[in-house]
Amino acid sequence: MVRNFITYPLQFIFFVLLQGLVLNNVQFSSIINPYLYILFILWLPIETPKFVLLLVSFLLGLSVDLFSNTVGMHASATLFLAFCRPYILRFFEPRDGYEPNQKPGLKHFSLSWFLIYALILTFLHHLFLFYVEVFRFSDFFSTFSRVLASTIFTVTLILISQFFVYNAEDRR
Amino acid sequence: MRNLIQFISKYSFFFLFLLFEVFAFYLLLRNNHFQQSSFINSTNFISGGLFEKYAELTDYVNLKEINQSLSEENIRLKQNQKAAFQKIYGPNYLIDDTLHQAQYFYTKAKIINNSTNKQNNYLTLNVGSLNGIEKGMGVVGPNGVIGVVKDVSRHYSSVLSVLHSNAKISAKLKDQNYFGSMQWNGKNYRYGLLTDIPNHVKIAKGDTIVTNGFSATFPAGITMATIEEFEKIEGENFYDIQVKFTQDYKNLVHVYVVKNIFKNEQLKLESETVEDHG
Repeated sequence: MVRNFITYPLQFIFFVLLQGLVLNNVQFSSIINPYLYILFILWLPIETPKFVLLLVSFLLGLSVDLFSNTVGMHASATLFLAFCRPYILRFFEPRDGYEPNQKPGLKHFSLSWFLIYALILTFLHHLFLFYVEVFRFSDFFSTFSRVLASTIFTVTLILISQFFVYNAEDRR
Repeated sequence: MRNLIQFISKYSFFFLFLLFEVFAFYLLLRNNHFQQSSFINSTNFISGGLFEKYAELTDYVNLKEINQSLSEENIRLKQNQKAAFQKIYGPNYLIDDTLHQAQYFYTKAKIINNSTNKQNNYLTLNVGSLNGIEKGMGVVGPNGVIGVVKDVSRHYSSVLSVLHSNAKISAKLKDQNYFGSMQWNGKNYRYGLLTDIPNHVKIAKGDTIVTNGFSATFPAGITMATIEEFEKIEGENFYDIQVKFTQDYKNLVHVYVVKNIFKNEQLKLESETVEDHG
């Protein structure tokens, strides 16, 4: 429990810096941007209190905004993600419920479970983010294709990073 | 009343979410609408300092291209010097002397944060009010126009890039005086649109687009783009022109902030005329 007070803030800072300094500069064919920082929210333990979830998401989004000069944009999208997470988790709950101390990840869940969980939440986040960014529905389809392409890219990155973490925890 | 409290506590999660979301949108709209310096942006000292360190690191990697484009610019400037011209016919040649006042003042600056992948892109420069930078000054690069200064702090300034959905730059054809406005197409960072060129004008692929200097932000005659494709639309008075920017906005480090010394004079005169004569 005490360890969490150190690891989570460190993770938070790591994701913000990774997004702000590295991934914001990554761009393929001018429509695909990865937003890996949401992995921090996806990873939080299942029994995280809901208001903590909202507060942390807001702070995370705002920190990422700070690096890209878009105050409020990532914050609002990340809040939406945090709002959706409990419902998605409840929808995919195993028959005998979640065990205490479980985290959504490959350690406790199967690959297909995690893939669907990450895919849905990433899609919702990107959908919200990209439409808030353009702030109009006139280019609906071009924005939507950007949402889809970026979702696929982000989820791929999430999966790759999962394998890194999974192996590291295995060895411990 | 009791029912109301019960209702709110039952859906407390939703209301909390709504509260946060309203706050986030408040920040978003305030920042977008007034385009003014807000407390949290990248001119903020903490992230500004971080960006500067990071830029120092990445500059190294791009040194080769930067040197290339700087030396190309040097060549262009040298060609414009008096020494590069030879007197051929008659006694007259053009020299800038004290009769001509300098109209533009350039400050060199380095880009420490840049983006091209959003709908609204901004840059951060390592010069601020201490270097005499003011809101509304133009920013030009080695191969074209970069943007307009939006916010200034003591050490940094943030720039609204040409790649911004609200950025419109008044432009003209280089060899003719028809003018229009240039805008980013919002999709690819290499391409933009040129509007308001009447369709009786003869244009061709590859024609150069330059600034026209009407807006008092940029000097006239800076190359911005070349015509990539154009189309005459039935029943419209204007061409639909696609242009390709001459500046690669992804590969940028050194830029110049332009101060138009006569800007206030021009704007004041123009607004007085409008006031007096409607």
